[in-house]
Amino acid sequence: MQERSDLMNLLFGRLSLAAIPYHEPILLWTFIGTALAGLGVFAWVTKLGKWGYIWREWVCSIDHKRIGVMYIILGLVMMLRGFADAIMMRLQQAMAFGDNLGYLPPHHYDQIFTAHGVIMIFFVAMPLVTGLMNYVVPLQIGARDVAFPFLNNFSYWMTVAGAMLVMLSLFVGEFAKTGWLAYPPLSGLDYSPDVGVDYYIWALQIAGVGTLLSGVNLIVTIVKMRAPGMTLMKMPVFTWTALCTNVLIVAAFPVLTAVLVLLSLDRYVDTNFFTNDLGGNPMMYVNLIWIWGHPEVYILILPVFGVFSEVVATFSGKRLFGYTSMVYATVVITILSYLVWLHHFFTMGSGASVNSFFGITTMIISIPTGAKMFNWLFTMYRGRIRFELPMLWTIGFMLTFVIGGMTGVLLAVPPADFVLHNSLFLIAHFHNVIIGGVVFGVFAAISYWFPKVAGFRLNEFWGKCSFWFWLVGFLLAFMPLYVLGLMGVTRRVSHFDDPSLQIWFVIAAIGAFLILLGILSFLIQLVVSIRDRESLRDVSGDPWNARTLEWSTSSPPPEYNFAFTPVVHDQDAWWDMKQRGYVRPQKGFIDIHMPSGTAAGFTLASISAVCGFALIWHIWWLGAAAFFSLVLSAIIHTFNYKRDFYIKSEQVRRVEDARTQQLASV
Amino acid sequence: MSHSTVTAPGAAPEFYLKHEHHVENGTMLGFWLYLMSDCLVFAMLFAMYGVLGGSYAAGPSPKDLFELDVVAVNTAMLLFSSITYGFAMLEMARGRKQATLIWLAITGLFGAAFVGLELKEFAHLIHEGAGPQRSAFLSSFFTLVGTHGLHVSFGIIWLITLMVQVGKHGLTAANCRRLSCLSLFWHFLDVVWIGVFTYVYLMGMLR
Repeated sequence: MQERSDLMNLLFGRLSLAAIPYHEPILLWTFIGTALAGLGVFAWVTKLGKWGYIWREWVCSIDHKRIGVMYIILGLVMMLRGFADAIMMRLQQAMAFGDNLGYLPPHHYDQIFTAHGVIMIFFVAMPLVTGLMNYVVPLQIGARDVAFPFLNNFSYWMTVAGAMLVMLSLFVGEFAKTGWLAYPPLSGLDYSPDVGVDYYIWALQIAGVGTLLSGVNLIVTIVKMRAPGMTLMKMPVFTWTALCTNVLIVAAFPVLTAVLVLLSLDRYVDTNFFTNDLGGNPMMYVNLIWIWGHPEVYILILPVFGVFSEVVATFSGKRLFGYTSMVYATVVITILSYLVWLHHFFTMGSGASVNSFFGITTMIISIPTGAKMFNWLFTMYRGRIRFELPMLWTIGFMLTFVIGGMTGVLLAVPPADFVLHNSLFLIAHFHNVIIGGVVFGVFAAISYWFPKVAGFRLNEFWGKCSFWFWLVGFLLAFMPLYVLGLMGVTRRVSHFDDPSLQIWFVIAAIGAFLILLGILSFLIQLVVSIRDRESLRDVSGDPWNARTLEWSTSSPPPEYNFAFTPVVHDQDAWWDMKQRGYVRPQKGFIDIHMPSGTAAGFTLASISAVCGFALIWHIWWLGAAAFFSLVLSAIIHTFNYKRDFYIKSEQVRRVEDARTQQLASV
Repeated sequence: MSHSTVTAPGAAPEFYLKHEHHVENGTMLGFWLYLMSDCLVFAMLFAMYGVLGGSYAAGPSPKDLFELDVVAVNTAMLLFSSITYGFAMLEMARGRKQATLIWLAITGLFGAAFVGLELKEFAHLIHEGAGPQRSAFLSSFFTLVGTHGLHVSFGIIWLITLMVQVGKHGLTAANCRRLSCLSLFWHFLDVVWIGVFTYVYLMGMLR
């Protein structure tokens, strides 16, 4: 390749046609598939003439319900990408033995495992959990929206911008080959001079802004906007876990932001924070990123603990056993999650006393978690359990998560960890808690709240298929990894010499294939349910005979959530209302004050994505221009003082009358 | 805990409000939470400096580099700006728009003087060959002090924006809230600077 002219370098930075991987058939076909699918969706929406609707009612929407749904759609779409990475790795490891090198060259395999981790944590689990909190929390506390509706929209689009950058790295340039936490010195300039780590940094920074702001937003919402009568100890458990999660977000994400800034300074201006020479200290990075990373684990799991608490109480037809201990357990986990980060690198060599401290704090976390487990069991004890889909996922969770928890305690023992560190045992452990915990929890939540969101239930048959495929697939995919880990196989290896290991990888690949069937069943479930929506329709607004306030309004809820703000007397507010003869008000409606939609969030996030892209490719003029227009747009946005409007009482009356008729038709 | 709240005998429990529920504005709490997250960023940078501040890599140490009298003047600028911001808030509470704007302008000038002196110090250090690339000590020094300076610079941009908005719309409730947020931000930066001055400069001279 000949040298590029200075002008070309100035205009395009490091970007050139060589960055497009058209010589890699896998990527080429993926690109063609993605492009065709994108064109198909584009044509379909154009044919329906829905662009204006999508722009006004979704992109610019500041309604927490719509934003929640968009978060969940983002999470599910990214799950398909993350899972594609997973099954590619499983196939590679199942075949790459001896002379067979598999079908993925190491530099591609390394990008895949990095992308898999990054996508699954940041762009699948986080959006799913944030989406659930966004949708459910304001409804559970009887509020009309979140505290800062515009920021909510902005946060969402920042998350999308981050996800788009990761996706772009597939077709323009490459992604990091460093593992999902990008440890230096490997992620430093000397060993990763390409754009991969820069994609990683800017995708996470942009998405991180969104996450942090949404954390602040939901804390203020929960603290300030609860319905009258809802004291802290009358909040639904899901709202409690959401509160703790968002406290963790605000207290952890700044650390990630800062540590990634330091890594980018090392890469962009040659500082020496994490370099091997001139006084740098790579272990500082590892410490700092886990000070974020360990709370992050609890950011993901706490909300789904809340989901399980709601589901167990509803489907056992009983008040949750041990509400107070549940709240305290959540708070204790929140605090302890900050005192355990070093267990991720006992092998650093910080000495016996430090390792014992972190080993013990880690083991202590199993106590509040165990208390939760017993609370769920005691809630089920002598309950009238209905084995609907959400309950199946919950029981699946309880069985698998306990295994994951126990292997976690095992890893918390420093001497054992010295043997198992970075082995497939660890991989099996955290997939056990993330799939068995977070993923099962999210599916429980989706099948539980879907009728509220869409106005009709999900198809039961395909849901059960999905559940069983996931459960069996998960066990087949990850139990062999425990075995392999105990035999000393390390993670992130793309080729093996010992043929006796192969059978375990083949079993794991079969498990991954079953999980694929589970995902397909879920997609079929969605399609079938939409097709049969009339027969699955929920007109009552309370299809499960549930206990909390979100079930007191219609399915789907009106824009304003509640015609009148509820007054709460009991922790199971809606159950209490049903027991004590609540009569739905049918007149006396008032004007309702609501925030109005804006394109500002989408605009700011788009400019951020352009800025990130320019910085990744060293297109300095574009980066500077994007940055200045970002600041300028933000300032211009602050000159808009008219951010709300009133829904007139006549309008409210029309909506509520329609609901009255609907209820009468049951 | 509470099993069922017993209402007065005979009275049917109220399950909804007949009037609009006015929730308290959460902006100040939200902004405070943001500040605490920012505080964590600084805490991290302090920690970095704490760990790497002695890694000179055979290069210059604080004693070779810092000129305490310049830094003292600099510190005075920022402390004065905090006082004048306080005066602006007092005038805001009295509802005097013009006086508020004047004190805000003075605050901005002090802030600009602070940033100017800091940039001069940075330029001097880089000229001496003690740039952020020289050693881990200098990397963490420039990052900690520079992040603070960047915050002050954004504070100044924000201050100018608010002056335009107060000039245009007066001391409305929304503008007063914004001024209060910037006030928190400005004093917060002052507190952080006291940490920087003590930990980096004063203690650096003792190393």
